Formats: sequence, C-alpha cells, structure tokens
Amino acid sequence: MAYKKRLEDRGFEETRPIEAKVGVIPKADGSAYFKIGKTWAYAAVYGPRNLYPRFLQDPQKGILRCNYNMMPFSGSGERVRPGGSRRSKEISLVTEKALLPVLDLNEYPNSVVDVFIELPQTEAGSRCAGICAASMALADAGLAMKDLVSAVSVGRVDDKLVVDLDYSEESYADGTVADIPVAMMPNLGKISLLQMDGEISKEELFKALELAKKACKKIYDVQKNALKNRYGVGQNV
Amino acid sequence: MGLDKMYKNLHNHIVKLLKAGTRLDGRRLEEYRKPITVEYDIIKTAEGSARVKIGETDVMVGVKMEVGTPYPDVPDEGTIIVGAELLPLSNPEFELGPPGIQAIELARVVDRGIRESKAIDFKKLCIEKGKKVWLLLIDICPINDAGNLIEASSLAALAALKSARFPKYDEKAEKIDYKEKTSKKIELTKEPIAVNVIKIDNYLFVDPITEEEKVIDARLSVSSERDGTLCALQKGGDAPLTIDEISKMIDIAVEKGKELRGVL
Repeated sequence: MAYKKRLEDRGFEETRPIEAKVGVIPKADGSAYFKIGKTWAYAAVYGPRNLYPRFLQDPQKGILRCNYNMMPFSGSGERVRPGGSRRSKEISLVTEKALLPVLDLNEYPNSVVDVFIELPQTEAGSRCAGICAASMALADAGLAMKDLVSAVSVGRVDDKLVVDLDYSEESYADGTVADIPVAMMPNLGKISLLQMDGEISKEELFKALELAKKACKKIYDVQKNALKNRYGVGQNV
Repeated sequence: MGLDKMYKNLHNHIVKLLKAGTRLDGRRLEEYRKPITVEYDIIKTAEGSARVKIGETDVMVGVKMEVGTPYPDVPDEGTIIVGAELLPLSNPEFELGPPGIQAIELARVVDRGIRESKAIDFKKLCIEKGKKVWLLLIDICPINDAGNLIEASSLAALAALKSARFPKYDEKAEKIDYKEKTSKKIELTKEPIAVNVIKIDNYLFVDPITEEEKVIDARLSVSSERDGTLCALQKGGDAPLTIDEISKMIDIAVEKGKELRGVL
C-alpha cells in the first residue's frame, strides 16, 4: 500500500497553515505565539534575571532554563494531568539545547533567562511549535542572538517523505512511519534539535533533512515578519 | 530601600490617590479596566473553552469531560473539579511547581461559585446510578496576570461551561469518543458571577491591578446570581472587616456583577 493523500489536500512537502505573533504577554520581557495547524504554542521569556538558589548560578555566564508544558485541556483525548511528566521534562531539555546555540549569555553572569512554553491546544508537532515561539520570544526580549531558530518535523509515512506530520500521520498504521523533529538556525545552516522515532534509511533521512531545511526557511520568514510587525519596521510580506 | 519600605510607600501613594477619587491608572474606584472581552470555544481539544480578558489580564479556561464513578454519598450525581495553575509564563513572580496556596484558593473560589449556586444540576450528569457519572474538569490557565485573576477566571469558567458540548459516549464499550462532539450542552440554570471588592485604608474599589494587589488591606470575593442572591464568599487579606464594610462590599459586588453579566 502507498500513502497517497494527506488530510485537507496538503502537499507532501507543505506545512499546515502557520500563524505567528510577537508581544502577546505584556508581563513578560519577551513573548510570542506560534500556531501550526491545530497546534498552538505560547512562549514567555523572563530575564536575564537573578538566579536563586545561588548554587545554581554560574559566575562565568548566564544560564538558559526552558520549561515545556501542555495545558490540561490541550490533548485530544483525556485531560492531561498538570505538573511535569517524563515526556515534558525531556522536551524541556531538548528545547534548551535547541535554543542555546543562538544565544550569547556571557554578558549575564549569575543570571538566568527563563523560557516558559505553554500549549493550549496540540495536534502533533508541539515541541517544534514551542521552539519556534520561544525563539521569537527571545528576540522580543531583546537578547543578542546569532540567528533565529526554526523548527518543524519531517519524516516518512509509508513510501512518502513528508513535512510537518499531523496526528493521523504520526499514528499511521498501514505502513512504517519515521517522525523526525528538526530545529535549524536558518542563516547559519546548522541543526540544533534532531530526534527520531521510527525507521528510515540513511539516504531517506538526508532527503528528509533537505525538506526540513526548505520548510524551516519558510517558517523563518513567518517568524521574521511577526517580529517586524511587532516593531513596525519595513514589512516584506 | 527594603521591599517593606517600598510597599509602604506604594500603599501610601495609592491611598493618596484613592482619597482624590482615582487610581494608579487613572480609573475611578468602581470602574473596570477596558475592554472586557469573552471569546468562546477557542480550544478545539477541549469540550468547552473560553478566554477572558479584563484590560491586560488574560485567562484561558478549558473544560474536559470524563466518565467516572460517583461519590458513595451522592450515587446519582456527577460533579465538577476545578483546577488552577498560576503559570510562570503569566507573571514574573509565579514559580514552577505544584499549585501553591494562591492557586488553590483561586480554584476553590471559582469552584464554590459554580457549585453552591447550583448553576449545574449534578443529577443531570448521571449516566448510571452508583456506577457512571460525568465529571466536568475545569482548568484555569492564566496567560497574562495583570491583576484580578479571580474575576477573570470565574467569568471564563462560566463561559467555558456555556460553550461546552458533551463528547459521544459509547455506553456498551464504556468509551468516550473525544473526536465526536454531540449537540448536547451543559444546562446552566444560573450564572454566578464573582466580584472581588478590595479595601485599602478606608476605601473600597474593584478590579485591582498587580500593584494594588500587592498592598491590599482586605478583599471580599462575592459570587452572586442574577437576582442578587449570594452563592459564595471569601474574605482575603490581613485586615479585618466591619459588618458595615461587608454590607457595602456586597452591594458593590452585586451591582458590578450585573455589569459583568452583560459581557457574557
């Protein structure tokens, strides 16, 4: 059997509709939301601010702390129990590693930059959406950054390579699936998040990564425009 | 300058303003921030949801429905369970971790407003007496806490319940199909609205912003129904209240409750 058609007539290399907005949480130093399909991520940045307890401080540089959390009503099935799960802790960790390479925290010894990612609604691709939102929020907070971080999942559904898997594809039962969340620094051309669930050949993996690169470039444009809109600078839509 | 001193100065400054009939942001004592907006059904993964904004305060509430066993003392009644998390995303002072006392109080005040007004007939949530009832899980998630979370949350909880639709339940397989929402809604017989009346010095006012919340002397959260019947009270803050003050606060709350009901 072959995987012939995606939901809503989406092309295999096409992402779901994306919407991004910067400056959505007035209390935060920087904030943004990123919507891709039905997945919706909010990110707020607080800091650089003092870090307590003091033993956590690094006198050489500031540290980055990320927390990924699904709101209790954000899952398509039963209520998600609040408080961290093993899954959300791992996603927090890989999110931190995905964002750290674009930041320069040497200017902020003994401080912390806190990134809180909250998902009101999810339908696959939530860690990537969280990273996209967080990267815009960091820029909104005015932190020096070498690049933005754009993220999307790519992979294989049966015989097709696809971009931005939705839930029906992640759980596709009639063939093998590979789900590969990727975060990229589009200008530096480097990858800061790479995970995979499933089975794929090395050749296919590299083809999929090429697709990720193209999709991230598009996401980057959306992020950039959202930031420009926030500050009312020359739009190039 | 220590924090205590700073708050004392802030307190004195706010009192001076109140004396002149105004507030830090230029509002009158019984004036709400504007606009107050309610959006329904904003979360597709929830059975019901709403988002309420009062000025910059921004709260999302979602309702998930599950089937569970009833409490032994009320075998033919479903129930509501209200949870609140003060997300560190929404306020620089909120920290990660299990709900603190502030979050628990928030959830319980909202819970009591709905429960004690009997806005929902819990008997109608019964599927099979003694065995299966609907549980309405109401979760409060602030997006931006710029003050007066209690009111925004109680309003959002009510709006979320209004928007909710039961998912399809297969009684034989004992399974809920969350993908399929039925047209059945929760019957709300009343609309309890919580209003938070604040006391600083000898002044009473509504809709506090964060800075005012820092230095309140006392607070009375009053949930009232359309006809003015009171259905839940909660006194907060360190200072005690006189009977006369409580009476005035309730009058303000019932009056303002009518105003708020208009936005639903």
